[in-house]
Order: sequence, then C-alpha cells, then structure tokens
Amino acid sequence: MNPKQTDRRRFLKNGAALAGLAVGASASALPAAAEPALEKVDELHLYGERSHYVTAVRNGSINNPERRLKDEPVAFGLRTPLQDSVGMITPSSLHFTISHGFEPPDIDPKEHHLLIHGMVDRPLIFSVDEIKRLPFVTRFHFVECHGNSSPRGPGGDARIAANATPQETHGFTSCSQWTGVLLSTLLKEAGVQKTATWIIAEGADEPKHSKSIPIGKAWDDALVAYGQNGEPVRPEQGFPLRLIVPGWQGINNVKWLRRIDLVDEPYMAMMETSRYPSMRLDGKSRWFEFELGPKSVITRPAGGYKMPGPGFHEITGLAWSGAGAVKRVEVSTDGGRTWKDAQLHDPIARKAHTRFSSPWTWDGKETILLSRCTDDQGTVQPTIAQVAKLWNADIDFLLKTQQVVGDFNAIQPWKVNADGSVQNALV
Amino acid sequence: MRFHFNILVPVVAVAACATAAAQTPDYKNVGRTPTAQEVQAMDIAIGTDGKELPPGSGNAKTGGVLFAQKCAACHGENQEGSAQAPALVGGKGTLTSLHPKMTAGSYWPFATTIFDYIRRAMPRYQEGSLKVDEVYSLTAFILYRNDIIKEDDVIDATTLPKIKMPNRDGFIPQNLDEIHDWKKRGCKLGHCP
Repeated sequence: MNPKQTDRRRFLKNGAALAGLAVGASASALPAAAEPALEKVDELHLYGERSHYVTAVRNGSINNPERRLKDEPVAFGLRTPLQDSVGMITPSSLHFTISHGFEPPDIDPKEHHLLIHGMVDRPLIFSVDEIKRLPFVTRFHFVECHGNSSPRGPGGDARIAANATPQETHGFTSCSQWTGVLLSTLLKEAGVQKTATWIIAEGADEPKHSKSIPIGKAWDDALVAYGQNGEPVRPEQGFPLRLIVPGWQGINNVKWLRRIDLVDEPYMAMMETSRYPSMRLDGKSRWFEFELGPKSVITRPAGGYKMPGPGFHEITGLAWSGAGAVKRVEVSTDGGRTWKDAQLHDPIARKAHTRFSSPWTWDGKETILLSRCTDDQGTVQPTIAQVAKLWNADIDFLLKTQQVVGDFNAIQPWKVNADGSVQNALV
Repeated sequence: MRFHFNILVPVVAVAACATAAAQTPDYKNVGRTPTAQEVQAMDIAIGTDGKELPPGSGNAKTGGVLFAQKCAACHGENQEGSAQAPALVGGKGTLTSLHPKMTAGSYWPFATTIFDYIRRAMPRYQEGSLKVDEVYSLTAFILYRNDIIKEDDVIDATTLPKIKMPNRDGFIPQNLDEIHDWKKRGCKLGHCP
C-alpha cells in the first residue's frame, strides 16, 4: 500500500469512527432507563491492521478495466514478497494471484452452490453452508503457478534482471492453511460410476475457468476449501469455495468452484490446451503436466538485499515439492563447491512451503549463495544445466525463449558482491 | 488412480444389493438432487467429440460481421491482437523459434475448444451473452481467417468436431491414454518426458 492509500484508509476509518460517536451521542440523550453506554470501539480495532512501518506488498499488476480503457498493456499477476516473509505461511492478503485479465467475481455465499454431476449415481448440489456441515480437514499446502521462477514467467523479463528480488524470481508461489471438505467425501456421496476417469472442475468467474483433472487425484487429496489461514478464503483466492489440488500446477486449483463434472476424457479446455502446455525447442509441447518438482529459494540474503557488513548472518529461505514433504535442504555459500545441511523448521508438511535456515559468517568477499531441495521421494532440485538436458536444449534456450518454461525448478543463485549488495545471478 | 477406482466399484456394487437405507449417502440431508434446469444452466463444457454441442449453425460470413461488432475492439480489426487481447491469426512456422506466436490457427489442437471458450468467456464484460448461432459463426470466422475452412462452410455440431487443426499433432504425449499412468511416467526432477 502506498502512503497515499494509507492516508485515505485512515481518513475513511476516522470518518467511520466519528459517525459512530455521533450515534453514541444521540443515544446518550435518551432517558436514563436506556442500556448503559458501552465503550465505543474504534473501527481500527475491529479489524486489525499491521504497523504502518511494515510496508511489504505484492508487485506486478492486474488487468483491471481502467487499464484496459487507457490502452495500457495487458498485465498478468501479483507476486508475493517472499523476501519479507517469515515462517511458512503467506498472509492471505499477500498471496500471489494470477487472474488472466479477469477480476474476481463478487459472490454472495448464500447464493453460491457446488454441483457434482455427470457419471454419478446421485447428482448432488450443495450450498456453502451444507459443505461446511460435512467432515473437514485442515492442511498446509502451497499453490504455485507452473510458470513461477521460469526465466520468462508470468512476470516477464523482471525475473532475469540482475536486480530481481525473490519476489520477482519466485513470487508466484504462496502457502496457506486450507480448511475444507475432501473432494473424495463429496464423490462418495454422489456415487461415482466406473466409467468416470476424469473430472472437469469449473469456476463461477466471468470466463468460467475449467480444468480437466485425472480422477485419481480427485480421490487422493484434492479438497474443496472454504477456509484459508483461519478465515474464509479471500475473494481473489476463490471465495466462497476453492478446489485445492495439492502439489499440482496452480491452474488446477479452480477458484470460485461451482461445478465438478465426472467424465471419461479430458475436455481440452482453453487453458490446458492453449496456454499451459510448455513448448520444446522442436515445436512440440508438453501438456497435461501436473506435479510440481522440488524447488527452493533463499529469501534472505537475496536479490535486492544489502549486507550490513562482514559478520554473522543467518541464511533463510523456503523449500517445497509437489510430490510430498521436503526432506532435506542444502545451502552453499561458495557457489556450489561445498554444501551444508540447513535446519528445517516445523511445520514440515506435505506439499507445503517449508522454512529453512543455515548460519553463515560472511568474510566480506564476493561469493554465490545457493540452496538445493530434496523431497521425500528422493528427488533432488536440479541445476539449470540439468533442466536444459531434460529439455534437449542448452541453457541459452531456457534463458532466451520468450515463452514460459513450465515447471522450471533450477537452483537459484544469488551473488553477494564485495560492497554487500546481493544480486540475481540467473540472468 | 486405478487402485482408488477399483476400491470404489465393489463398494457401490455392495450398496446396490443392500437395503434401501444402505444406498443412501453417508451424510443425511446434506446436499440435494439438482433440478434439470440447474444442471442445464451450468453444463456447458464441450468435449472433443462434440457430443455436447447444441443445435444450431453458423458460417464465417455471418461471423465476420459479428466479429467487427463484438470482438474487433480488443482483438483488432484483422484479428492481429492488441494490448488488450491476443492475436487470433498468424504464427505459422514460429513454434520452433524463440518467439513462438501461439494462435488458434498455429497452436490450438481442437476446434471444439474455440466454440467452448467463446461461449463461456467472450465477449469480455458480456460473457455468456452470445446466442448459439453466433458462437458457431464466430468459431467459423476464426477457422476461416486461419485458412482452415472456407468462408461459406457451415459449422455445426456435426462438422465442428471433424475439423483437424493444423497443430493437432504438436503435443506430447500424443496418446492421452498415457496420462492415466501419470505416476509411472518416470517423471524426474519435476519434469515429465
């Protein structure tokens, strides 16, 4: 939030408080038999706000109508300020968002329903209140865009700039505590027929985003979430219901979920066939990739940070994997010559961000900081050279292609200069 | 996936043989049977065989008139795209370059997806306002402008699914049945071959 907006919000809130006082004043003019005057609570206290000295915000942009009318470029999304994060939860207000140019719908939860139909014995429609009556689970899961940390991801060239911060390099991932009903619970209620092999999940947003998902994942750990970090899911994250598909590309996590259709083939919707496949050098595209690989990023000291000087500095960062829990994170402070196991901090949850740290005493000389994640399946985060080999391409192709390299999870290097400045070294 | 699926089948089969009470769901009076109208209002997804395509038809001539009225402001008079919306034509031969231009003509593998997406998501700010014949006509216009059909070809529930898009074979795996083994596809380092 910029200072101007802060001032405006303060003004509005003070105005509301004054209005409250006015009501209080007229109430006190009533006869003594009226209820004893309760202390008026300033609106600022009703919904807490962080210190105005704390300024971390998302960056990027959304494609709102005003921008369109002014002929400003189509913008893509807002990134989480990972460099300012502590612990493994992303505050809901800082959760990344990619809207493909559409605004979040304003949904009255009393009017919203979830339909389960198609190849089922008992088609069912649930109100949001009915969903909340069912047995629930509460789980930590990250949601990550498949283009996150790609040399040219949804944020464009900002990711490969020398002055990129973790927000620009890796900000399209966020982690929340999600509460909701396992999709398998709803599927059992509806009675899935044996012909059903896929589901179509569909949102109630303007373009009615739809995504085909293999039914195995629906039975495994997908959940219909209504809670996020102790409160209802935020509107830009799918209020009132969001499908959480743990560990899979963000596009599967359908917001404003209104429908689950049981079908016997993928429906080749626009996003899954035309925006989210990743193209190889030979012009062939990989499509229907789902699971995100192990990834990590040092969030401090990292790009944009200034070392105060030689001496002790705890290194910290985040690691995650779509396959399961983070088992190990190694940190190198000498450009990869030697590696040291980092400490993993609780909670260490499956398909969730895991906070790591490693003590370091900087000698004041130029060096490269790296982190490497290993998940509980034994898969190790690759170097960019290993990623290039998988693509049958060279590193130059990965860095220069103008399209998103999906599921790019190469080790992120941060260069510490002798003057204490820290820069992105994947450029 | 098969594992879960096979578990479910005997459960359903046993329930069918048991008492009426056993056939009811686990959670009583949570959720209800939707009305036919409720299902119809939301049941908009179109698969590649086109079996869900509604009655109606259109052609590129009609579609061109509609495009000028409802689409050109964002997608450009010649479908070249603008800051507001992507190009709908061009891109042939660019897929192996560092600047691939991925349009319906150069990239989209299925013509049914064009109908599905226009109907659910276009035009911007008036999503869902197009009549069925208008969606068919706009679909035909985009196919025509990409040299895939002729201007007076009739596009309907029968003809649309039969169109083979130029980049239909540009995806891996080719055979979508392979996806059923997504856990066994030897995915390493977060990437699948």
